[in-house]
Amino acid sequence: MDFYTFLWMTFAVFVTLATFSFLYKDNPFYKFAEHLVVGVSAGYFVIILWHNALVPNLFQKLADGDWYFIWLNSSQPWYIIPAILGVLMWTRFSKDYGWVSRWPMALYIGISTGIAIPLEMANRVNKQLYAMMADIDWSHFFGTNGFDLLDVNSGLSQVIIFVGAAAALIYFFFSKEHTGLFGKIATVGIWTLMIGFGASFGFTVMARISLFINRVQDVGDWSEAAWDSTNSNYGAGFQIVFWLMVAIVIGYIINELRQFTKTRSRAS
Amino acid sequence: MKRQLPFVLVFIFGLFMMFQYFVPHEISEWIYEFLLDWIVIIGIFALALGLWSLFRVSVDKIKMRKDNWGYSYITLAGLFVMVAFGFTHRVADAWGLYFIWILLSLLCLGSLMQLRAATNSRQKKMYFASALILLILSTLVAVFDDTWRFYFYTAEGLENSMFRAFFDYILLPILSTMFALLAFFIASAAYRAFRARNVLATLLLLAALLVMIRFNPWIQGDEAWASKASNWLMNVPNLAAQRAIVIGIGLGIVATALKVILGIERGYMGKG
Repeated sequence: MDFYTFLWMTFAVFVTLATFSFLYKDNPFYKFAEHLVVGVSAGYFVIILWHNALVPNLFQKLADGDWYFIWLNSSQPWYIIPAILGVLMWTRFSKDYGWVSRWPMALYIGISTGIAIPLEMANRVNKQLYAMMADIDWSHFFGTNGFDLLDVNSGLSQVIIFVGAAAALIYFFFSKEHTGLFGKIATVGIWTLMIGFGASFGFTVMARISLFINRVQDVGDWSEAAWDSTNSNYGAGFQIVFWLMVAIVIGYIINELRQFTKTRSRAS
Repeated sequence: MKRQLPFVLVFIFGLFMMFQYFVPHEISEWIYEFLLDWIVIIGIFALALGLWSLFRVSVDKIKMRKDNWGYSYITLAGLFVMVAFGFTHRVADAWGLYFIWILLSLLCLGSLMQLRAATNSRQKKMYFASALILLILSTLVAVFDDTWRFYFYTAEGLENSMFRAFFDYILLPILSTMFALLAFFIASAAYRAFRARNVLATLLLLAALLVMIRFNPWIQGDEAWASKASNWLMNVPNLAAQRAIVIGIGLGIVATALKVILGIERGYMGKG
């Protein structure tokens, strides 16, 4: 590993530990990492959107025109209109002309809501309804390979999915009071929802834990590189970087202890 | 004019986009593609508002010397450096004065922040002079150093090794650590939520435990009972619940979109 990569790895480990330090309490290391990630991620998305969205959707469409004629001689000069509307959005910060920003906002909202209605119905609602109303496999009702209640493709599982989804939808219908038969179906609905939430919760917890393991592995990889005496860069600065980090952390702990002692002596 | 015209625009464009979906004519499809490009472009310009807002909040924090104001310099430096890396790339093998240019520009930015925060005229003059000198120096470096260039129309900046290093060694570790932190907070939330006080809480507890046991390294293979039960739980009752939620979300979006088009929901207009 070259020294340049090692330095970056060291910084990655430093910001990882700085972020984990929040488990103790909010502290300068965490604040450093927090503020750094806000700036860097904002800058990252500016660049990604510029190169991947603004250039192909606007600049390249006006690229065959002459800038000095404000691209009016381009083959698609009408693309200047959304650019002007986009610039009008910036009047939002003006007290006197802030109302102008409502025009592009209205276009944006109008177009996106108009698109959303048929697309949401087609891609979300209808597709789920089609899947819900699939034919039940009566010939393999208790399992595709013999009796197996945990077979996800069995007819019984299909019935459970249909009944569960329908009951959960009924639970969300609040225009009728949840009493009598309607209330009982709604109860089945909330049971289905609770099992779903539990399963999603468990899955999310395990996803977070796998991320945690990944971070610990990264710290471990760095640690191996830092203490590998066969590495040609071992003496070049690995120790300096490591002991510098240790010194910072020890300094912080001493400062914390001093603050703690001061507070306690004031209290007594 | 100030309020009526936007409502009319939302109504006309909303209805048009809703009905054009059912018109399979090439003109209709061309207008659809064209207007899709419009909202992408307008959206990106709107993003600049967010960026300006972040800049102004950070600058105001420095100016007013609010709590933790010093960290705003880190936010602004991260933002500026990432944008600078994304628009530049080296031409030759060496970087030349590239990092000197980055440093000069950062110092210039810092001087401008200090200029805004300065309280007396002597300080203002000093910071103005330093910002001007640093700006001239960084411009001179940018103009006369041939080892690197600005690339605004082409995506060379995305290949800049510094841009990639900032992504790989700063952005990814911090973001994934922040998500990993949630494991600890979720564990404490789970303790409160998972107490089997009634039937519903017990169902939640059992479902979550079964899914978590599935990932235990001691339980190996797809045929283990925990694997099968967890798989069934994820693909049958969980699917039913998710299906109902997705249908509910879809209907909710359609209802809200209709309210916006018909002018019943006007929150997006703001005040005034």
